[in-house]
Amino acid sequence: MPVYINSIGSVSAQKTFDNSLFLEEIVRYNDTVLEIIAPNYKDYIPPAAARRMAKGIKMSTVSAKTAMIEAGMEEDEIDAIIVGTGLGCIGDSEKFVSDILDNDEQFLTPTRFIQSSHNTVAGQIALGMGCKGHNFTYVHSAISFESAVMDAKMQLENEEAKNILVGGVDELVDHHVNTHRLIGHIKQEPVETMSVLTSGTKGAVFSEGAHFFTLSNEKRSSCYSELLAVETFNTLAEDQVAAKTKSFLSENGMGPDAIDVIILGYNGDVEFDGYYDTLATALFKDTAQVYYKHLSGEFDTASGFGFWLGNKLLKQQRIPDAVRLNSVPANSAQNALIYNQYRGENHSLTLLRKC
Amino acid sequence: MGIISAIGNNVAENYASLIAGKRGISRISQIETIHKDEIMVGEITGTNAVLEKQLGFTENEVSRTVLIGCIAADEAISNAGILDINNARTGLISGTTVGGMDKSEQYFYDYFDRPEVRQHITGLHAGDSTKKIATHLGLEESFVTTISTACSSSANAIMLGARMIKSGKLDRAIVGGTDCLSKFTINGFKTLLILSDTYSAPFDEERKGLNLGEAAAYLVLESDALVQKENKKVLGYVTGYGNANDAYHQTASSEHGDGALLAMEKALKTAGMQASDIDYVNAHGTATPNNDLSEGRALIRLFGEKVPEFSSTKAFTGHTLAAAGGVEAVYSVLALQNDTIFPNLNYTTPMKEFALDPITEVTKKPLRNVLSNSFGFGGNCSTLIFSKDKS
Repeated sequence: MPVYINSIGSVSAQKTFDNSLFLEEIVRYNDTVLEIIAPNYKDYIPPAAARRMAKGIKMSTVSAKTAMIEAGMEEDEIDAIIVGTGLGCIGDSEKFVSDILDNDEQFLTPTRFIQSSHNTVAGQIALGMGCKGHNFTYVHSAISFESAVMDAKMQLENEEAKNILVGGVDELVDHHVNTHRLIGHIKQEPVETMSVLTSGTKGAVFSEGAHFFTLSNEKRSSCYSELLAVETFNTLAEDQVAAKTKSFLSENGMGPDAIDVIILGYNGDVEFDGYYDTLATALFKDTAQVYYKHLSGEFDTASGFGFWLGNKLLKQQRIPDAVRLNSVPANSAQNALIYNQYRGENHSLTLLRKC
Repeated sequence: MGIISAIGNNVAENYASLIAGKRGISRISQIETIHKDEIMVGEITGTNAVLEKQLGFTENEVSRTVLIGCIAADEAISNAGILDINNARTGLISGTTVGGMDKSEQYFYDYFDRPEVRQHITGLHAGDSTKKIATHLGLEESFVTTISTACSSSANAIMLGARMIKSGKLDRAIVGGTDCLSKFTINGFKTLLILSDTYSAPFDEERKGLNLGEAAAYLVLESDALVQKENKKVLGYVTGYGNANDAYHQTASSEHGDGALLAMEKALKTAGMQASDIDYVNAHGTATPNNDLSEGRALIRLFGEKVPEFSSTKAFTGHTLAAAGGVEAVYSVLALQNDTIFPNLNYTTPMKEFALDPITEVTKKPLRNVLSNSFGFGGNCSTLIFSKDKS
């Protein structure tokens, strides 16, 4: 049973919430952390409800709604909701911790605690849609989103579901940023958007975002791509990346030359970008190469932006200049491969075909 | 399978406590909290120092969630007779809600001027605990992920493992979960006013709420092909599973247990069973007014007049949050292996809403199929069915 990505939704540090646009205009930053470009939430969420919502829930609601509308999907058609998130509504978790510490465990209210549960986003979306189906939340760093995609694919292939809403979301908050600066995971010096790749410094530019997609075993007129395969690896040595990628492709009856576009998760961290080089400089040196984390920033579910990009470029058959790593053309691109890892761990390979 | 909980440091000790009716609920000793005289908890006896030494971690290297997770996972691997964990396509799927929160809350403000505690910064990621358990087990180039669906997390981890093996994506899945006690969860449940100030009494009219607990439990699931190839002894089969959402309220269960009923029905369907095939129900039974009413009603809706023998084992262990589904999976398999139903402690007065009496004494009965429920925040409802024979 094939698995189609029928629609997409994105809220990110670029103006991606409008599906009619495709990175025609790039918002350029010169910073070490990037916030999302917020849509006008009032267009999506009743203001009274929005006031009570954590940022992660708001972003997800917009992104999920965008995907639902684009596919012409009715709420009661959704059989399952699966979300990946590195940290959930971390803003509420951190606030609850500081309230505990600052007030010596007194005068606390439950709201923060309730929202801090990692599955708040998936639960809230289900509650909003009245969806009583399978509801999972994956929380495993850089493969949180891919775990969700893999679960959805398995259910659709086994005909346990027909339509699934799949998403990835993470929000940026101060304490998380400040502590990750201490351990050098965030760059010390600001870097200009189009220079991220050549920064030559350690750490990444941190950000946030929400990316939701409808996956179905029937193609709709809005269809972007067919999801052929997704696989994750907890560890992978740098010199094993090419071999793993080759065997991943051959399991899907393809060689590297069948790939028309490769989407790489370069984030400008001089310590870990080498993993991507192993593919860019050898196996796929004559393939059109794109990257995106200079636009989206790095976060646990940043690969959701990569997935969004892969779908978008296969459907529109156009590679925006701002994401190009090389000038190899991708005329009538059929197959796109996405490779991501974070700090040398949690590697993922995702294979999409134009539908 | 492997387990560490307030009633024992391994499977044998847990079984001995269950049979002896020996609960692990006490005043809290290892966390400094102003609520210590108002709550009872299910605490694992070993201090971090003891567990670190046992596992070969350096002092304060990792969260307690990781320590207890490693102990349970080690026992599961050894119990399954696995000598080379990478000799088959092995995955690790772990459920957790607390993750490294015990350390995050302790050093929240200290990170800035104490470099020696900064190893815990990345521990706030729930998935970090799973990563460290995978490293401890020597699992490489593998599928390793974490599920966090509140108190049904490890039940869902077991479900995913079973589905991946069934789909041919893995030959072996180490599944379960781990959660230690933390100020975060103590205060969180305290604000929800669902912590009992005494021993929790599941399904009792006078129940006052739950006792929090800490535990880790993992099971090794293997494909038929791997079992045959390695001539393994099978402890039991995961024959049914179902996950559904109550879609009613962020923290409370619906009055009539819609989600719970759906999850149980789905599990029966995947198992190809009728309700009458279930011999024992290990209930979620947290002893909160809301859960037990909702779950009891769902049981009546599913089983009608013939609700099978049931009990909640949470009065032994406390509610171990994300680990509960794993803990109760181990107990369900122990029940099958020993044809024994474990008692629902502290039950005296039937609930006025229905005529349901849990089993209160250790009871011998031939058991073929055991149904285990786990429900969580976000409306998450999960049911697993464990069987003596393959369906």
